[in-house]
Amino acid sequence: MGTTIFDIGEAGRMGLRLPALDVPERSLTELIPPELIRKEDPKLPQVSQIEVVRHYTKLSRMNYGVDNGIYPLGSCTMKYNPRINEEMARLFAHAHPLQGEELSQGALQLMYELGQYLCVIGGMDAITLQPAAGAHGELTGMLIIKKHFERTKELSKRTKILLPDSAHGTNPASAAMCGFEVVHIPSDSRGLIDLEALTAHLDESVAGIMLTNPNTLGLFETDILEITRLIHDVGGLVYYDGANLNAIVGRARPGDMGVDIVHYNLHKTFSTPHGGGGPGSGPVAVVKRLEPYLPVPCVVKNKDRYILDYERPHSIGKIHSFYGNFGVLVRAYTYIRMLGDEGLRDVSTNAVLNANYLRARLSRVYKAPYDRLCMHEFVLTTKGMSAEIRTLDVAKRLIDYGVHPSSIYFPLIVPEVMMIEPTETVSKEELDRFADALIKVAQEMKENPHLLKEAPHAVPVYGASVRRLDEVRAAKEPILREPPSSHLPSGGGQ
Amino acid sequence: MPACEFIPNTPEDQRKMLAELGLTDIEELFADIPAEVLKRFKPIGLDPMSELEVSQLVRGMAASCAHTERYVSFLGGGIYDHYVPAIIPHLILRGEFLTCYTPYQPELSQGTLTWMFEFQTMICELTAMDVANSSMYDGGSALAEAMLMAKNVTGRTRFLVAQSLNPYYRKCVETYAWGAGLELGDVPFTKTGQLERSAISAHDLAGLIVQTPNFFGVIEDLCGLKDLIKDAFLIVSVNPISLGVLAPPGVFGADIVVGEGQPLGIPQSFGGPLLGLFATRMSYVRKMPGRMAGRTVDSAGTTGYVMALQTREQHIRREKATSNICTNQALMALCATIYLATLGRRGLRRLAELNLQKSHYLAEKIAKLPGYALRFSGPFFNEFVIQTRKKPARLLKVLRDEGFLGGLDLAPYKILDGNNLLLAVTERRTQAEMDRFVKVLKGA
Amino acid sequence: MPYPKEYRYTKEHEWVKLEGTRARVGITDHAQHELGDVVYVELPKVGTFVTQMKEFATVESVKAVSPIYAPVSGEIVEVNRELESRPELINQSPHEQGWIAIIAVSDPQEVEHLLTAEQYEKLIGSH
Repeated sequence: MGTTIFDIGEAGRMGLRLPALDVPERSLTELIPPELIRKEDPKLPQVSQIEVVRHYTKLSRMNYGVDNGIYPLGSCTMKYNPRINEEMARLFAHAHPLQGEELSQGALQLMYELGQYLCVIGGMDAITLQPAAGAHGELTGMLIIKKHFERTKELSKRTKILLPDSAHGTNPASAAMCGFEVVHIPSDSRGLIDLEALTAHLDESVAGIMLTNPNTLGLFETDILEITRLIHDVGGLVYYDGANLNAIVGRARPGDMGVDIVHYNLHKTFSTPHGGGGPGSGPVAVVKRLEPYLPVPCVVKNKDRYILDYERPHSIGKIHSFYGNFGVLVRAYTYIRMLGDEGLRDVSTNAVLNANYLRARLSRVYKAPYDRLCMHEFVLTTKGMSAEIRTLDVAKRLIDYGVHPSSIYFPLIVPEVMMIEPTETVSKEELDRFADALIKVAQEMKENPHLLKEAPHAVPVYGASVRRLDEVRAAKEPILREPPSSHLPSGGGQ
Repeated sequence: MPACEFIPNTPEDQRKMLAELGLTDIEELFADIPAEVLKRFKPIGLDPMSELEVSQLVRGMAASCAHTERYVSFLGGGIYDHYVPAIIPHLILRGEFLTCYTPYQPELSQGTLTWMFEFQTMICELTAMDVANSSMYDGGSALAEAMLMAKNVTGRTRFLVAQSLNPYYRKCVETYAWGAGLELGDVPFTKTGQLERSAISAHDLAGLIVQTPNFFGVIEDLCGLKDLIKDAFLIVSVNPISLGVLAPPGVFGADIVVGEGQPLGIPQSFGGPLLGLFATRMSYVRKMPGRMAGRTVDSAGTTGYVMALQTREQHIRREKATSNICTNQALMALCATIYLATLGRRGLRRLAELNLQKSHYLAEKIAKLPGYALRFSGPFFNEFVIQTRKKPARLLKVLRDEGFLGGLDLAPYKILDGNNLLLAVTERRTQAEMDRFVKVLKGA
Repeated sequence: MPYPKEYRYTKEHEWVKLEGTRARVGITDHAQHELGDVVYVELPKVGTFVTQMKEFATVESVKAVSPIYAPVSGEIVEVNRELESRPELINQSPHEQGWIAIIAVSDPQEVEHLLTAEQYEKLIGSH
């Protein structure tokens, strides 16, 4: 364990032969001033190709992915990633973003049509596909709000963004990056936005509200129409974080709730792989009056031709070097076309059914702080179940049963919380296995708590490859890279 | 029958599960959504399609696009037609890499955390910096984030930006700067294509943003630049391949090094997904945005890896976080890690030399043609600007008919006057291709 | 761990020990317990002025960041550099070796309004 690529190989080995130079070679110093030439080679590995393949194959086996089993991280929507998506994305692997509209019609058509579909899915009017992730979409949305109030000459007074206390951390961080002051709105006993507390903050200093619906407790904001009306009454804008769109896709639309700006997470709702943390994609759709502020370029259709439109004087500018994570767009497009309207509706139906089934089984053993029908996810707590066992221990023990734990310690408003989102792509048998494991762990908590404290126990076959890791040590004395040279095979370099 | 192959539940499964909930109608699950909202719903108007049908549909769209397997490309401007070793797509498509998420449970994510640690090491080695994160979205946004970090460390808001910066990066930097209330000034370039140093004033400066090789392909002279700006941040955007032959920014005192990692084994993919590189000095690590892996031990003393210094990040520090960034471009960073491991120490140098030598071969040939001249006299790596007598748009048309993606017409960017064409030459270009290219240019 | 009688306390779990016109400050045993293993302390700069109950330092555990509020107003005259390499002192010795900073008190009256050890123990007892 712990072996890196730097620990293997020998000086002089290489993993790829390059072609011989086929033009007359000139001396390096003739081409580059000597003081700008690299003196010492970077200490990269020296390994043969088979060593590379074996090392990364080994590393892959120390990971757990959706392909290995249930991966019920709340608000992450770890659904199955269809492989056809990968194949379709690779068809465009060699297209250059600056090859010109004329040579890019198919790619632009795909972007245009995907944008249209997403607009309908969200009930919105116009869209940008440029943001590379959900948080990037939030930033784009906040910049759009800022631009809007700059143009209406209200920016100096519109300083606040309201945020429910159940919000993802990216929300306050995105608002702060645009200079907004963040005001937290508490949740009420229902787990929903406290309308009274919200009303108390409503005045002309409000630039907008960011909300996630269903929220991170898995509950639909039943007052949503009232909330959006209240915000609009004081001249504010409503931003909808689409992290939990999987709960309502194909049957309800943010635009129909009075929302002004929505971001989508193509890597959640629309099945593109999470890849260990990315690439994602976070398109942002808006209502008509905010369209002028979208980033450039927008893909527009002019008769039969698709064009990259840069002539948008009120645009916030660019937030990505080119057009966003195009390869991810291809995957989402493929998925939407395969499902069609009917399939999209089946997604939310089964995602919500699966979550409620798990909730029903588990809330008999764990405490459900909001014990009622949920949407696509729900929260449980271990608080009060044991004096010495924490939710972290429960999660680590689950690993011993060969399943991936849920999100833990989020949302912040529930102590010792587990946030569970099974998604629609998990079978009933697998839901039962997960529930059985969690119920077993609850028993062990009483009878054999050290099993939890010491977990995981390093189990073969998609179990943990190590035992519980010391995060305190990693934070106190951060080791963030191999030391510059000491451990490397000698005799390398020049 | 289930409606779609991605959803296992059969009607019978659904019935059993509803029974467990004491419900009979599945629609009861959605009772919390106001009826008014449900009533307004409109479908897209799309019928489901089989995998076979969708595959044909998307293939048709791809077929109407140019690509660098069909055209011989001299197109660069931030995205380059490098060779991607065959093992990369095979390895990254392993399900355990492709379908996992952020390593929240380190014990089930040692694969991801280990390669992140390797990636960080490699980027530090390339740039000669102390510490690197495990990636940002792309070169443009990484540069913008570097600017925000410099503002947070220095407490100042005035930045100088080289006009020779890639104009797409410039646009990103402008957007982020406007959002954060920062002030941007320009540093023009000289006849060499390099920074006009006399235009740099260190007074009240938060940072200087410079790219090398710059948008014109010209290698900037970083010597003494840090001294000129004193305690302001020297922020350098690099092409990682060039660091096989060019002295890394770390040796010139750079405070932050960023760059576009696409050349490191990542397909062009119509401009995304890309890979933002980000490295800095250890003393600033707590102000750095982005994910990082760190080395530690488990309860049995075995070496392992975890996410490090998470308190910088938004899920803990919320509105006071170093950035709102949550994910990284993990799979692309894995491509780069495997790429650099495969090329290895010597391979990267050799690759950089191939790029350098070939681009000079082509530049020299074109410069000898009547009606063409090199625009800048400064040293360049694998990209250069030629001044043309004829309109580049016309030349590009002729070239395209001959099977070439003939470079980038710089007219729309309004940085240079006259007719200018930006050409990039990677290791994929052969002498025969270049000779034919020159011949077509001559006759155009 | 006992709460020294000669110290004063805040509701935000800081302590103050008056040393003439200077106040040594830190966080309480209760606070360090709630935080868990302290891995990093962001110290204030010597020479800066702090205002009572405004944030002047932060203490980090692996997955939490806690603001530390100045129990009194005044100029920071000294900080505990030892914490840079040994943040665990806050866990091991919160009331002694784990002190965070010394403030030259600008308004001695402020100290009078802080909690006594008895009042503080009562406060955390009711938690």
